[in-house]
Amino acid sequence: MAMTGVLRPGHAIVRVLDLEESIDFYTNVMGLVETGRDKLGRVYFKCWDERDHNSFVIQQAPSAGIEAFAFKVRTKADLEKFDSDLRAYGCPTERVAAGDLLETGERVRFKIPTGHLIELYAEKKEVGNGMSNVNPEAWCAAAEKGIAPTRMDHCLLYGGDIDGNQKLFKEVLGFDLVERVKLEDGTTDLAIWLTTSIKAHDIAFVRHAEDGKLHHVSFLLDSWEKVLRAADIMSMNRVSIDIGPTRHGITRGTTIYFFDPSGNRLETFSGGYQWYPDTEPVTWTWEEVGRGIFYHDRKLNDRFLSVVT
Amino acid sequence: MVYHVITIEDTGETYKCDERISVLEGMENLGKKGIPVGCRGGGCGVCKIEIVSGNYKKRVMSRDHVSEEEEAKGMVLACRVKPLGEMTVRVLGKMKKNVCKVAEQPVEV
Repeated sequence: MAMTGVLRPGHAIVRVLDLEESIDFYTNVMGLVETGRDKLGRVYFKCWDERDHNSFVIQQAPSAGIEAFAFKVRTKADLEKFDSDLRAYGCPTERVAAGDLLETGERVRFKIPTGHLIELYAEKKEVGNGMSNVNPEAWCAAAEKGIAPTRMDHCLLYGGDIDGNQKLFKEVLGFDLVERVKLEDGTTDLAIWLTTSIKAHDIAFVRHAEDGKLHHVSFLLDSWEKVLRAADIMSMNRVSIDIGPTRHGITRGTTIYFFDPSGNRLETFSGGYQWYPDTEPVTWTWEEVGRGIFYHDRKLNDRFLSVVT
Repeated sequence: MVYHVITIEDTGETYKCDERISVLEGMENLGKKGIPVGCRGGGCGVCKIEIVSGNYKKRVMSRDHVSEEEEAKGMVLACRVKPLGEMTVRVLGKMKKNVCKVAEQPVEV
């Protein structure tokens, strides 16, 4: 498969309650690399192995949650095409000027049916991963500082009309359905996992009474051992852990759900499987949803369905 | 270390809480129950309580869940409050307040 159109998750912009405390957490506990601060007070981070300038941006606000989630598209022509396709589909868009986010080109921003803001952009300055593009080393010191995920990988968002989201992501942005959980009626989707690549998910949605909510932003680790190391670092730093280390049945990733100092849920995970466009979607029934979400506990915890920011 | 006795009025549960940690963390550390536990970071609103009596220190918490007016009346998130003396609290947080309406049938947990 040639990878075209929407390439991958590009950045998450997340609201925090106390900026200094959050900078310390994301730098020293998460082990992200700070790459800049702008005049609006936003602080920019990337994971050590990411090459673009930023993938995670925090801004101080009166409430926690997600401001926007963005995807990088392959070319500027793709950006123009998605903009006109979105408008033709009936989804209004707005342009955010290049440079509004540091080192990031023009963004096309739109609201999806669950009320979240999604952005597309084609350009972001390549700052590299700290190693040469010629005869590089395998890793560098930043790969061992704090939890040190390799990339910002996906997010899970909560809102009402996840069917509308699925239709828009499939029909306009070219995503595919990888897994889904059915409600008790056997037909309504409680949750859907969508991909734009060969990953098991690039974005996921859970049906929820309130729109615009964040369940988690997820960061990739290389191995189960690194997931366990992350859990040790969380305890050393008294980080609020939701659940884990454990495994998801859905996508098969090994995982920890935990919270940043403002209560935004994060995930560090490894594994999962690779998906190709000829793969049939996996369906989980309501009766087995516990095993789907948490493969070892085999039961939902209250917090999975009700604690969001 | 300085400990203060916390009473959860709804259940009558009491426990001693180190004044360096939150009322919520103190409850959890001893395996006590009564106040719903969410993000523990002032963001999700699940552990909302009303301070019936007692002095405390507090940190910034989400305005989505506690208005300035409420905060002035002693309605706070238990994860953002550290005791400065004996305290009595009342639970306001509704753990399932946000659960999807379609999925409101009891989830076996």
